[in-house]
Parts: sequence; C-alpha cells; structure tokens
Amino acid sequence: MLELHEVYGGYGDGLVLNGLSLSVGEGQVVALLGRNGAGKTTTMRAVFGLLPRLAGRITLRGESLRGLAPYAVAARGVALVPQGRRIFPSLTVTENLLIGVRPPRGEQRVRWTLEEIYRLFPILRERGNLRGTLLSGGEQQMLTIARSLLTQPLVLLCDEPSEGLAPVMVQRVAEILHRLKEAGLSILLAEQNLDLALSVADVAYILEEGRVIWQGTAEELLADTHVQATYLGLRVEASEGA
Amino acid sequence: MPLNTASVVIGLSYASLLFLVAVGLSVVFGLMRFVNLATGSLYLIGGYLAWTIAGELGSFWLALLGGALGALAVGVVIERGFLERLHRNELLQVCLTLGVAYVVQDVTRWIWGGDPLRLRPPESLRGSILLLGSIVPTYRVALIVAGVVLAGLVWYLLERTKWGAYVRAGVDDLEMLECLGINGRRVFAIVFALGALLCGLGGALGTPVTGVAPGADIQILLMALIVVVLGGLGSVSGAVVASVVVGLVDSMVRTYWPEASFFAVWVLAALVLAVRPQGLLGRVTA
Ligand SMILES: Nc1ncnc2c1ncn2[C@@H]1O[C@H](COP(=O)(O)OP(=O)(O)O)[C@@H](O)[C@H]1O
Ligand SMILES: [Mg+2]
Repeated sequence: MLELHEVYGGYGDGLVLNGLSLSVGEGQVVALLGRNGAGKTTTMRAVFGLLPRLAGRITLRGESLRGLAPYAVAARGVALVPQGRRIFPSLTVTENLLIGVRPPRGEQRVRWTLEEIYRLFPILRERGNLRGTLLSGGEQQMLTIARSLLTQPLVLLCDEPSEGLAPVMVQRVAEILHRLKEAGLSILLAEQNLDLALSVADVAYILEEGRVIWQGTAEELLADTHVQATYLGLRVEASEGA
Repeated sequence: MPLNTASVVIGLSYASLLFLVAVGLSVVFGLMRFVNLATGSLYLIGGYLAWTIAGELGSFWLALLGGALGALAVGVVIERGFLERLHRNELLQVCLTLGVAYVVQDVTRWIWGGDPLRLRPPESLRGSILLLGSIVPTYRVALIVAGVVLAGLVWYLLERTKWGAYVRAGVDDLEMLECLGINGRRVFAIVFALGALLCGLGGALGTPVTGVAPGADIQILLMALIVVVLGGLGSVSGAVVASVVVGLVDSMVRTYWPEASFFAVWVLAALVLAVRPQGLLGRVTA
C-alpha cells in the first residue's frame, strides 16, 4: 500500500531521515516506534511532501507521491492524524469535521459518512456547536481522528494519538484503532505507548536517528524485552507485569 | 465636546471605506503571512474607473460595478501573474507589490492626470438629511449603510459558508488544512480576488467624498495597514472594530486640528499595540 524506500530528508542543515525504508501493507497496522526525536513525525511529514529537503522513493500502491502538494497527497488517499491534534481553534466541532468531508471512494470497505462518524463518536454530535479547542484532550483526539476519516483515506498516518491522554482515553483510542483496522484501513501508527501500539499492530519498526534499526512482527517485539529495553528504553517494569 | 453627529457620520463613513480596503488585506495576511502593498492601487483603480464610467455612461451604479470589477481584474493579474510564482517568498512579494503600486500610480497619472477628480453621487443620494438634529450629507449616510451591509455580507461568507470555514481554518493552520485535502493556494487566490473586488468598490464608493487623485492610494494603504494591525491580523471582526475606531478618531481630530489626524491615528495604534501586541481582537499566535 504505502512504501518508503531509502528516504532522506530534513529541515535545514542536518538530515533527520537517513535512508529510511518501510512499508505498510493493505489492511496492515504498522507501529512506528522510537525515542523522542527519532524521526517519527518527520517520516509522516515526508509522505505529505512537507519537508524542505527530501530524497528517496515514496509510493502509494506503486504510484509516486513525490513532488505532490499536501492536498494532492490527501486526495490520493493518505490522511494524517497529527501529533498535538491540531484542531482549528476558530472553528466549531462541526466545522472542523466539515473541512475533511470528501465523497467516498469506490474501493472502501467502510464509507465514512457523517452518520457513521457520529455513530462511532456520539460526543462529536452533542458538542457540535462548541469551538473545537474547548473539548477535552480525549474528545479533541476523537475529533482529529474523525476529521481525517472523513477524507476517505486508504492509509491513515496516526502520530502519537495517545499522547497526553488519561488511561481511560488511551483505552478508547485503542478501541478505535481496532475498529479502523476491522474497517480495512491501513495504518502507520507512531507511538510512545508500546502496549497500545503492540495491541493493535501487525508489524513494528524501531527508528533511531532517522533510520530503521529493528523491524519485525508485533509478537516478536512483545517477546523481546532486550530490544525493548535497549532501543526504546521504556516500560521494562510494565512488561514484567504483563 | 467633539462628539457631534456630523463628525460621527463623517468618521463612520470613512470607516466603511477603510473596512472595504482593510478586510482583504487582513485575511490575505492571515492566510499566507503576506502583505499586499498594492492594496491602495486597487482602491485607486476602482476610483478612476468609476469616474470614467460615470462620465461615459452616466450611471453611478454601473460606475461602482465597473470600479469593483476593474480592481478585481487587476487583482487577479497580480495574483496569477506574480504571486503564484513567488509563493512563500515574502520579501520578493512585498518588493513586487510595492513595484506594482508605483507602476499603477504612474500609469493612472498618465491616463487621468494629476488633479483630483470627483464623482457626483447619484441623484437620489445628493443633498443632506436631518439626522438626530444635525444636517448631514445623504451620501455619507448611504456609505455607512453600504459599509454595514457589506461587512455583514463578508461576515456571512466567512462565518456561515463552507468556503468561509476553509478560509478561517487556513488562517489558523494552513498546513493542516492542506493535509486534509484542501488546496490552500486556491483558497488564497479566491480571497485575494474578493479582497481586490472590495478595494475597487471602496475606491468607487469613496470618490464622491474624497475624490480620487495620485497619493490617495498611499494614504488609504497606510490607514488600512493601521486598521489591520490594530484589529488583529486575519481577524474580520477586528477589522470592523478598528475601522470604526480609526475612522472616528480621524474625524474627531480633524475637526479641531486637521494636520494632526494622521499623527493621532498612529499614536493610538502605538498605544494599543503596547498593551495588546496581537491587536484588539487578534489571537496570540503560537
Ligand atoms: N520543524 C523542524 N525544524 C527543524 N528541526 C526539526 C523540526 N521538527 C523536528 N525537527 C528535528 O528532527 C528530529 C526528529 O524529530 P521528530 O520527527 O519530531 O521526532 P519524533 O516524532 O520521533 O519525536 C529532531 O531532532 C527534531 O529536533
Ligand atoms: Mg513526533
């Protein structure tokens, strides 16, 4: 579905992505892991053509996305759930949603109509007339996911959706990701929360300094506490509890 | 007490013109961080074209239409011809629009000469009416009404339509808007064109009260820049409030000390910005 091959890129002088390659298969959920600053967000920006410097191959179903404006990348079927949620503060919840609305593609298993979105996120209907940024953190995360879904994506780039959320909301995000996976969406999921990432992902990549330093299935990573401790440096006690 | 009905009417009618010029400037800046220094030229073009059309065809209303459409056409040429190519290059855009302003001033001087030209209001709007015990020019009152109606229209377009939501979202976070599949440059082009239309309309509407002459472009540009900064960059309601404030201050001071009005407006802007750097109704940008 989405392939990155030997991608180099950065913002100014130094490179942030250093020959990164990864692939997201049809209907697959791929976890993108790594410490803060490893290049997860930059990877997603590369797909949308938002890096001042970029080299390498980026394709969606074999067709290159290089050189396309961000809106054209979106039109091909890539959607971004950005880090920090980026709700439009001047717009109401409903208006935030309407910005995303596109007609469905023929090939989708689930067509994301407003009805469907409201079934999944009833709160967004109830709070429709509120300014988007007045929602709670968790509700804002629902809104940003919903807004992206309305663009009728084939691939969802989901950047740390659990960041800054209370445990119940993290649980809710996990449920939604499972639901989207069932709906046949391909997902690239950047996460710091390993439990969440591995509960939904099929395969995982670990990034460091803009290249892939480990890749494997989610089961392999779940079993390998050594890799977890060395490359991610987190959650050792949690994995012992599991 | 400087607050007599006549000077309020004069101030508010000037505020209408300021708003028409400033609102496009403000939203264009909010979208793309870009200052169009040819804004005053569009006003000038609107005024001159209106004068000529009124002279040739004898219709004030056709003159308004022609002035607005002429400025729209020039605006589209500026946007399509140059700005599209200079996307995200602020310095060149500023130099270029300043260059356009000079060229327009020379060309218009060559066509229409250096003397102020005045357009007569339509028959129905000539003369004066009695308002709150004062005699005020009918056309000035009509200008205020036109300003209110047009501000309402702009408000409706921006706040109640899908395209308006795109514009506001673009002012908030253009990159995110594009990632959601909206062509930000097309939104910008449309806003720019509508802004030019309003400038031209402002020029045409203003000609009966201020006349049109070389230099009118620079003067309205400077005043509109103050309105934009004072109201808050990218804020339409801010543009309304700031236009009214600047218009009223200008007309009050002018009544007593004509030479100081421009100075007073700048001092006011400086004072407001010292307290609220984001302007009266602007939001603090991250
Ligand atoms: N807008 C930017 N300008 C310059 N450098 C940036 C910018 N955004 C991120 N970086 C740098 O790129 C590197 C990778 O950042 P990022 O992709 O955000 O990592 P992650 O999402 O994995 O935490 C970091 O060293 C960061 O400082
Ligand atoms: Mg990040």
